[in-house]
Amino acid sequence: MPKRVVITGMGVAAPNAVGLSNFNNALKQMKSGIRFFPQLQDLNFSCQIAGKPEISKELLNKYFTPLQLRGLNSSGIVYGVISGVDAWNDAGLDILETESPDWDSGIIFGTGILGVDKFREAIHLIDEGKTRRLGSTSVMQTMASGISAYLGGILGCGNQVTTNSSACTTGTEALLMGFERIQSGKAKRMLVGSCSDHGPYIWGGFDAMRILPNKYNDDPEKASRPMSESASGFVPGSGAGALVLEDLDSALERGARIYCEVLGGEVNSGGQRAEGSMTAANNEAVIRCIQNALKNSDVDPNEIDSINGHLTATTRDSVEIDNWTRALNRRGEDFPYINSLKGMTGHCLSASGSIECIASVLEIYNEYIFGNLNGEDKHPDILKLIDAESIPDAKIERKINILAKASFGFGDVNAVTIFKRYIT
Amino acid sequence: MSDKEIINKIKKIVEPYVQRLEGLKNFQEETDFLNDLQINSANLVDVVLDVEDEFDIEIDNDSMEGMLTVGDAKSIIERKLMTR
Repeated sequence: MPKRVVITGMGVAAPNAVGLSNFNNALKQMKSGIRFFPQLQDLNFSCQIAGKPEISKELLNKYFTPLQLRGLNSSGIVYGVISGVDAWNDAGLDILETESPDWDSGIIFGTGILGVDKFREAIHLIDEGKTRRLGSTSVMQTMASGISAYLGGILGCGNQVTTNSSACTTGTEALLMGFERIQSGKAKRMLVGSCSDHGPYIWGGFDAMRILPNKYNDDPEKASRPMSESASGFVPGSGAGALVLEDLDSALERGARIYCEVLGGEVNSGGQRAEGSMTAANNEAVIRCIQNALKNSDVDPNEIDSINGHLTATTRDSVEIDNWTRALNRRGEDFPYINSLKGMTGHCLSASGSIECIASVLEIYNEYIFGNLNGEDKHPDILKLIDAESIPDAKIERKINILAKASFGFGDVNAVTIFKRYIT
Repeated sequence: MSDKEIINKIKKIVEPYVQRLEGLKNFQEETDFLNDLQINSANLVDVVLDVEDEFDIEIDNDSMEGMLTVGDAKSIIERKLMTR
């Protein structure tokens, strides 16, 4: 019998809120986290706006020792540690100071690239012939698995501790990898999540691809417009999200609060065939990913109450909606509710999947569907496929039983996970 | 610079890296960085960089390898200060 898997803790550092309850409020109030950054203007970026969590000195001191803070210049690690430790505490788990690690708990915490600012520091020193001045933490702040390594040490986890990387599907993929490990009985708890650094060295490459909006530098909060006719590209973001996945028996045994159940999901790739490419999804693969996620979760397409899409605010949003209608064979008024967090946070890249999974779980647990910020002028191609009522402009109170969350990424990779309300 | 001044400066430099705080109470030439202060061995390179900045000297790899105690560090610093 495969184990049932539930979510018992969450933590988040998002552009529009840091901390779980702040984030829940931000979702309800549809708060934007998109701001103008003078640095991007000085560097001649076309898109001078972005999403970046606001972390105060006091907050940093709560999560890091003075020694850890010395020379710390990896924003992904900052966001990842804050969200990971929060999720652990939120789940009611203790950080044990025992000699042996907790063999039943592991970590899968993904990232796209880690510690670019630290790496830049190192590059300058090395080019000046001062390699010996790098200090001792250059490696762990810039290795991809630095984030799982930091968290592993803080929490004392003794099960699998690793980092996955699959562009913008990273967070959702991490969740499914942790799910499978618990389902197969190899771990009782997995801290899963993902983080993304902030700053010009992360966002520059996207700016160069001309896929970011350049007409909203004076009006940042209006820039990220998923499913809108006036959408002109995604707004780059950053941050981290973390979730504690737990074997249901273990959660019940320790009387943990259960946010929802993870029924299953699917990850696949379109192989960059047909319309699939390094930057675009193969539609057959997306449809297959959604359908297999439902099959693996033993859920009928008609049972889906709400979808949290990938929906980045590019011209491809309507293609994603088309794929959903085909995969579910539901369209028009029959289509479930659908929303995108990216209107509020921008596209948090490798952190997007985990931050958006947390938003989805909060919707289920707190019985609402958050509204689509900047989605009033819905794209006519989308309205040909689904009813306007399916795309709420404002928060609606609603009990959700089943929610589907999708993330798609560069390299033509896909991940879909299915969450279900947990009823005691 | 007197021996005492140098040792006090070393104490200030190593403080953030010390994991065994009792070791700081009896801080003297015989104090061993790894055993008495339980400084993580990887952090010794950071201590060396901080010493370099504080005294405006450069400590080569060979000297660093012989820097096990506060006294060792003091001697190396004095030697480098003289040849500066």
